[in-house]
Amino acid sequence: MKSGRSSSGGKPSTPPGSSRAATDAALSTVFREEAGKLTAALVRFLGDFDLGEELVQEAVVSALEHWPKEGIPDRPGAWLMTTARRKALDHLRRDANYNRKLSLLVGSPVSEVAGESDDRLRLIFTCCHPALAREAQLALTLRAVIGLTTAEIARAFLTTESTIAQRIVRAKRKIVESGIPYRVPEGHELTNRLDEVLAVLYLAFNEGYLATAGEAAARWDLANDAEWLARLLVRLMPDEPEPHGLLALMRLHLARAGSRFDAEGGLVLLRDQDRWRWDRGAIADAGRLLDQAAAMGRPGPYQLQGAIAACHAMAGSWAETPWPEILILYERLLEYWPTPVVRLNRAIAIRNAMGPAPALRELELLQSALDGYHLYHATRAEVLRDLGRPDEARAADQRALELTTNPAERALLEQRLG
Amino acid sequence: MKYMLLFVDEVDWERVPEAESRVMFEKVGQWWGQHSQAGLIESGAQLQPARTATTVKFNGGKPVATDGPFIETKETIGGFAIVNVPDLDRALDLAKSWPAQGKVEVRPLVERGEA
Repeated sequence: MKSGRSSSGGKPSTPPGSSRAATDAALSTVFREEAGKLTAALVRFLGDFDLGEELVQEAVVSALEHWPKEGIPDRPGAWLMTTARRKALDHLRRDANYNRKLSLLVGSPVSEVAGESDDRLRLIFTCCHPALAREAQLALTLRAVIGLTTAEIARAFLTTESTIAQRIVRAKRKIVESGIPYRVPEGHELTNRLDEVLAVLYLAFNEGYLATAGEAAARWDLANDAEWLARLLVRLMPDEPEPHGLLALMRLHLARAGSRFDAEGGLVLLRDQDRWRWDRGAIADAGRLLDQAAAMGRPGPYQLQGAIAACHAMAGSWAETPWPEILILYERLLEYWPTPVVRLNRAIAIRNAMGPAPALRELELLQSALDGYHLYHATRAEVLRDLGRPDEARAADQRALELTTNPAERALLEQRLG
Repeated sequence: MKYMLLFVDEVDWERVPEAESRVMFEKVGQWWGQHSQAGLIESGAQLQPARTATTVKFNGGKPVATDGPFIETKETIGGFAIVNVPDLDRALDLAKSWPAQGKVEVRPLVERGEA
């Protein structure tokens, strides 16, 4: 799995193997480890989310200019802190009211700032506060917690730098002006707020993971960044089962990522994937995570999705897929997420566990909700083909083709239409 | 921080059977009393129904009074409360406990003279 990070320019990540890619990967690792800690500490010290976040971003941009040329310093965290402090001085000099903050900033050694108690959790919950729009939560989390630059986020979401910059500015302004607290929620509030955080990470992961082979490598990096965030969350909240479930789910997807596309960049369906290429170590690791989560006795939607993905990943072949078990897991998932898309996935499990006739009955019920969704029609086409109704199957495939612009999916449908 | 909770009604309480609306008004009264006593509510009011509203518009700088609320929807502003709480989460807690449901918009007030 490549984990590239572009340098200060606008160039996309170079392919793995080159020395540039090695530097990029090293930079990625450093930023992920250091940037969030630094932001969290500065925001806490300064009591100013906007300023704290901005200083770290400026330090990161500065590091992206210097490190590729001069090498990564021995203590990158200290380097970033020093730079952020220098930037802070520039900011604070202009504002006499900040004298108190200034003294805090100058007086605190790095070891104390990025100390034992990890307040990145506070940072994560603030960035993913429900008073912020989902896309703002996403952009802010990637920038403040991982230290991605605005340019990198823009590349990952296939949008412009100014769009992302504006999103972040607005989000930070809302945090400050509306009094969003810098705190980890407690008690029953925690469950709801944690759902919000998990949704943000899952969305970031999917944005990256579902990118097609031909799209920018930056999108792939996003999936890895999201996985890293999930890992951080598991580490910071070891007694919460759902982050374990989400991390397992991501690991299981990434374990199979290499076999999703053929040499020409064409999409390979799960049933046709070369299972020898799956990362068995990652799959076993995900299994352990799910066991740990299950032992906590609090099931949830991410654990269930992880369990479904594990059923697929652990089957020796497509024929050995445990469909009855998967069907039961989807039934339980529906209790948490009663959405048409989950029902569509359950219909696929019904088809494989019980046959095409009951699956088609279920699909008919979803017609109005999913008529604009290409995978609904592609699934219906398969079921109709099973039932020996090729003309209707063709019409459904045709409809699916009309509804998708994804080149890899189009190629697959066109092949099916002949 | 001070916030305004703006209470939005999605039902016309004058059309709700009296037995039902009386229960609701009692609950609202309790909510108000409880949080005022706790010192969280600074002020506020229930408003007369939207049919009593008059809106002044400035058409090209010339003020004109017209009948009705400024925005014509099924949702109407039923009242407001000014609350003083440490942060947005506490303001949202209050809003979430509002008995009459509908919608509650939560907005910070502009506070001057405090650093």
